[in-house]
Amino acid sequence: MSERMKIATRDSFGSALKELGAEHADLIVFDADLAGATKTGIFKKAFPDRHFNCGIAEGNMMAVAAGASTMGLVPFVSSFAMFAAGRAFEQVRNSIGYPHLNVKIGATHGGISVGEDGASHQCCEDFALMRSIPGMVVMCPSDDVEARAMVKAAYEYRGPVYMRFGRPAVPVIHEEAGFSFTIGKGEVLRQGSDVALIANGLLAAEALDAAEALAGQGISARVINLATIKPLDEDLVLQAARDCGKIVTCEEHSVIGGLGEAVCAVIAEAGLPCRVKRLGVNDAFGHSGPAAELLKQFGLSAAHIAELAASLI
Amino acid sequence: MTPEEKKQLEMTACRLRMSALEAIHAANSGHPGGSLSAAELFTYLYFKELRIDPADPKDPGRDRFVLSKGHTAPGLYAALALRGFFPREDLLTLRQIGSHLQGHPNMNLTPGVDMSTGSLGQGISAAAGMALAAKVQGKPCRVYTLLGDGEIQEGQVWEALMFAHHYKLDNLCVIIDNNGLQIDGPVGQVMSPYPIPEKLRAFGLEAVEVDGHDFEQLEAAFNKARETKGVPFAIVMRTVKGKGVSFMENQAGWHGKAPSAEEYRQAMAELNAALAELEAQA
Repeated sequence: MSERMKIATRDSFGSALKELGAEHADLIVFDADLAGATKTGIFKKAFPDRHFNCGIAEGNMMAVAAGASTMGLVPFVSSFAMFAAGRAFEQVRNSIGYPHLNVKIGATHGGISVGEDGASHQCCEDFALMRSIPGMVVMCPSDDVEARAMVKAAYEYRGPVYMRFGRPAVPVIHEEAGFSFTIGKGEVLRQGSDVALIANGLLAAEALDAAEALAGQGISARVINLATIKPLDEDLVLQAARDCGKIVTCEEHSVIGGLGEAVCAVIAEAGLPCRVKRLGVNDAFGHSGPAAELLKQFGLSAAHIAELAASLI
Repeated sequence: MTPEEKKQLEMTACRLRMSALEAIHAANSGHPGGSLSAAELFTYLYFKELRIDPADPKDPGRDRFVLSKGHTAPGLYAALALRGFFPREDLLTLRQIGSHLQGHPNMNLTPGVDMSTGSLGQGISAAAGMALAAKVQGKPCRVYTLLGDGEIQEGQVWEALMFAHHYKLDNLCVIIDNNGLQIDGPVGQVMSPYPIPEKLRAFGLEAVEVDGHDFEQLEAAFNKARETKGVPFAIVMRTVKGKGVSFMENQAGWHGKAPSAEEYRQAMAELNAALAELEAQA
């Protein structure tokens, strides 16, 4: 798998904004002193008159975007996940979510793979926070192709959207040609019947590698990419539960409140006999270190996924 | 402003006070103190200043008003009802299940409400976002927002003011209702926001202080706001919390409490007497 090209989904976010900006004059962008890191700077370079730096004031930025959206503009707001979902939670909840305004939050630097900056900047709680807001769409793309399509789908969708992008370059696992993205729809990346690996974000590629390793052990693993965490593709999850009876959820997020719990809730309420193991950050804060090493240390790798899946067989 | 126009506005403010209290009394819940302190402001905005059309409440070119101090919704609802955005009888459904009149303003339910507010400090940011968007879109509309003097303890207010000045939002008018009282007591004792105009000027705004119960002073301030270019404008209104009802005036306890049946009778009697006096002069 080493020949896969690698691109950070935050770069995909920035380039998709620039493409959309050329087509849609009503698209404006807000950032909070992180335009270089969130990659909204790519949009700013092309459309300086439609990019507004709000300074280090994320709460104000969210409500400013809410106000701008009531005038008919389509604001994309960006900061690190920690500050977009964490610091500004209440502004997102009350000024964007409650009035169901047409604001798109592009949060970068999600998860433990932020790396060297350490725990204060490694947000592993954003899925939980954003899922809890009524009417909020919550998504996390697996690669560049999906991320760019997702940003465009977010523009076309009417209502509040939270998207989480990552800092490090991650493998491109989709073919550009013929790819289409629909909010709320997951996809089967690899067929299998012994166990289902349900992943999103950078763990989708790891799940594919895990499935390959499991095949070597005679275990047939289905790999599902659920880029939309809310609304969840319940049909795809229930089908996997029926067909495989064993599921491993894989997310670069706390095991509390994210993809894993969303999957568990759907299966439990359907009353299906299915074992689920949640692979994620186990109710812990991160720490400084290179992203690749941190992911291994926190058990977020193909090897860990394969091990957990094999333990269910 | 002609004496006759002033008299008409004063009478409208009196009716607005009665309407707000009717709603709060019917709900047996709500915030009279800050609704009454801003009665002249609501009246001036909705009967003089704002370019709005009750028949077309979503007109894209209209002026916007954001009630950042959202708890004084009864005052806003009374203004909207008197101006014809919805029937006056609706006021009696305030805070009831099924009513479009929520405890705090909801832009998706109530005709004429431009932003959902209630969590303090956020409305001014939304207003700044509207003003910025109007600039981007080349719309001539103006944006007004009303804050409480306790509300400006929220740090977000100052983030929004910094933003409004940075982007030269001279189409934004920030009004602060300095009635001097918040839930726990005098603002100066709870957490002093003073001196307010000086702080606003330090953030780059043009700021004036007025008697918030004097229509001529309000008119002069709003005229100056419209003529000011390059910076946002702030109007700090010195007001009396609970104004117009003797036993509610300057009492922090009337921040968020409905009057009893007897208190309501007395309040309405006082306001009816005030209205009759204005009518006699007219």
